[in-house]
Amino acid sequence: MSTITTARPSTHLNEQTLREMFWVMLLSRRLDERSWALHRQGKIAFHISGMGHEAAQVGSAFALNRGVDYTHPYYRDLALSLAMGLTPTDFMLSLFGKAGEPSSGARQMPSHFGSKRLNIVSGSAPVATQVPQAAGLAFAIKYKQTTGLVDPNDATQPRVALTSLGEGATSQGEWHEGMNWAGVHKLPFICLVQNNIYAISVPIESQMAVANVADRATAYGVTGVVVDGNDLLAVYDVMVEAVERAYAGEGATLVEAKTYRPVPHSSDDDDRSYRSRAEVEEWKQKDPINRFRDYLIAETILSPAQLDDYEHRARAEVDQAQAAAEATPDPAPEAALGDIYAPSEAV
Amino acid sequence: MARMTLIDAIRIAMDEELDRDTRVFITGEDVGPRGGVFRATQGLFDKYGATRVVDSPLAELSIVAVGIGAALADLRPICEIQFADFIHPAFNQIVNEAAKLYYRSDGQWRVPLVIRAPYGGGIGGGLYHSQSVEAFFAHVPGLKIVVPSTPQDAKGLLKSAVRDPNPVLYFEPKKGYRAIKGEVPDDDYTIPIGPARVAREGGDLSVFAYGMMAHYAEQAAEQVAQADGIDAEVIDLRTLLPVDKDAILNSIKKTNKALIVYEANHTMGYGAEVAAVIGDEGFEYLDGPIKRLTGPDVPAMPYSHAMQEFFMPNPTSIADAIRELAAY
Ligand SMILES: Cc1ncc(C[n+]2csc(CCOP(=O)(O)OP(=O)(O)O)c2C)c(N)n1
Ligand SMILES: [Mg+2]
Repeated sequence: MSTITTARPSTHLNEQTLREMFWVMLLSRRLDERSWALHRQGKIAFHISGMGHEAAQVGSAFALNRGVDYTHPYYRDLALSLAMGLTPTDFMLSLFGKAGEPSSGARQMPSHFGSKRLNIVSGSAPVATQVPQAAGLAFAIKYKQTTGLVDPNDATQPRVALTSLGEGATSQGEWHEGMNWAGVHKLPFICLVQNNIYAISVPIESQMAVANVADRATAYGVTGVVVDGNDLLAVYDVMVEAVERAYAGEGATLVEAKTYRPVPHSSDDDDRSYRSRAEVEEWKQKDPINRFRDYLIAETILSPAQLDDYEHRARAEVDQAQAAAEATPDPAPEAALGDIYAPSEAV
Repeated sequence: MARMTLIDAIRIAMDEELDRDTRVFITGEDVGPRGGVFRATQGLFDKYGATRVVDSPLAELSIVAVGIGAALADLRPICEIQFADFIHPAFNQIVNEAAKLYYRSDGQWRVPLVIRAPYGGGIGGGLYHSQSVEAFFAHVPGLKIVVPSTPQDAKGLLKSAVRDPNPVLYFEPKKGYRAIKGEVPDDDYTIPIGPARVAREGGDLSVFAYGMMAHYAEQAAEQVAQADGIDAEVIDLRTLLPVDKDAILNSIKKTNKALIVYEANHTMGYGAEVAAVIGDEGFEYLDGPIKRLTGPDVPAMPYSHAMQEFFMPNPTSIADAIRELAAY
């Protein structure tokens, strides 16, 4: 297990890309904050947040061939999904459960991201089910390359499958079985564990007896990496390595991004029963977006005026997305009866 | 046409599908050089190699889940579960994932997956090598369930399953693997998933069955035809999901009496749905009670030969049930 990368691919990122990464994190945060507010106003039934996890997600997303490589995300991956190409309006449609919601036609609860066009596999609620499926996606990538169905260097085809989940979900057998396949078949597979040290209320020490989820990587014969999940560029660096490993046919990587969820688990949770306000405050000081903002300003990659402009644009986009969703009608009730079986001629 | 066993027909179907479409691959426990514990995949590893006939880790949920992922990526996996009794670890992946992906993605993500599993009793398999698990899955829209009872159907239905864009559970009556023989066309034919098969035409009553029980029901019908002059119709349901209501109701219109045979436990078995279809939409045609002949409501089939035979319906007990209903 390595914790430091010597090569720092992020040093090659141009300023525009760095600003774009910041933009996606900021947009995700503002969208997320609005979602909480909408829930408090009684306008939506449910919200589950990606706050605090933005650097882990955006750093990962930008290392991929976005919209082409497979992702099989989980409910916190708002920033990751935005980075892949879902829009604030898409998300608002899901919060309001409106017609044309692109991930599921408003059948699923919000934050069950998916898009065939963007190769984001539609997720479910039972945690960790996506992990062995992502091993299957990675298996298919390797299979197609081996059997000549696709050219391994064809960048218009997926060349890696990234799945993500929380550290609590790694207690599931599904996670174990997925990691095992990835190891046995040396698959182009990346498992991103967003370790926020709680599974709803249960602290990590009640979930596992090892210090790091990534310590288990050895047991599966895959590379394990621990990274500060609140350090955008550090995440990007380890992810680039993982992606390159996958593209080169050198096997799977387990990336554990240490982070924190500064808000309750979901709109149905009250986190005061299981953690101190002091702890939450302490982590808020390590906020990944503020941290990257300060870096960009210090490096003069972003000016204070540009920052204002970004904030302005983010608010405008969120306003627009909300207005669009509120103006969209409900789905036809009978839409509940559709899409049970794919038609045969589609094969 | 060639005469062959049920398992030969299954293997030939897989062989031809592997040959036809590079996207088709097989995975499961011992499916590789060993050719499967029942030999369903015998020779396929030698012919297609380790890339396409893949020995899996001993872990059913990931056999299915990896199949789902590969199917999402547009491959055509055939996943073998060594015994249906061991499918339960994969229940979550089948019920929450494979069955729901198309629906939950608003029709974006398809799961063209086949899960093959030998099921049923009569081979001394005891509690954990004899189970009939179809009813658990027949409650789940999004899945298709196929149970062949003849070699001809086995080949044609398995090919349809491989070519279907949806997850198909293909349950094989393992007692019939070598016991059931029949003529199988040599060509690349398919039998559609959906329609039941009239295995024997008759006018006095209808016997609804599938798998080994359909095979036994045909034998029982011949017995009562010769010995008692009872003309029983046998409907081999062969696709359990979607339910072929038309076939059930058409037969009832003609015979006015229904006997349903399945070897699973009695309560909440698949036959309960057949009875409900008849009771709901065929009530006015009925001239007698809807009867079920099934396994008893005990946790599973015991090992002892005496207890096993007591558990399973057989041609004699089916013939008795036919006589009783015919006399009503
Ligand atoms: C199989 C299953 N059991 C229980 C739940 C309810 N549940 C949803 S999220 C969650 C905690 C997950 O914690 P973790 O994996 O650490 O992810 P985090 O939410 O902290 O990002 C639980 C118990 C579920 N969704 N799935
Ligand atoms: Mg957690």
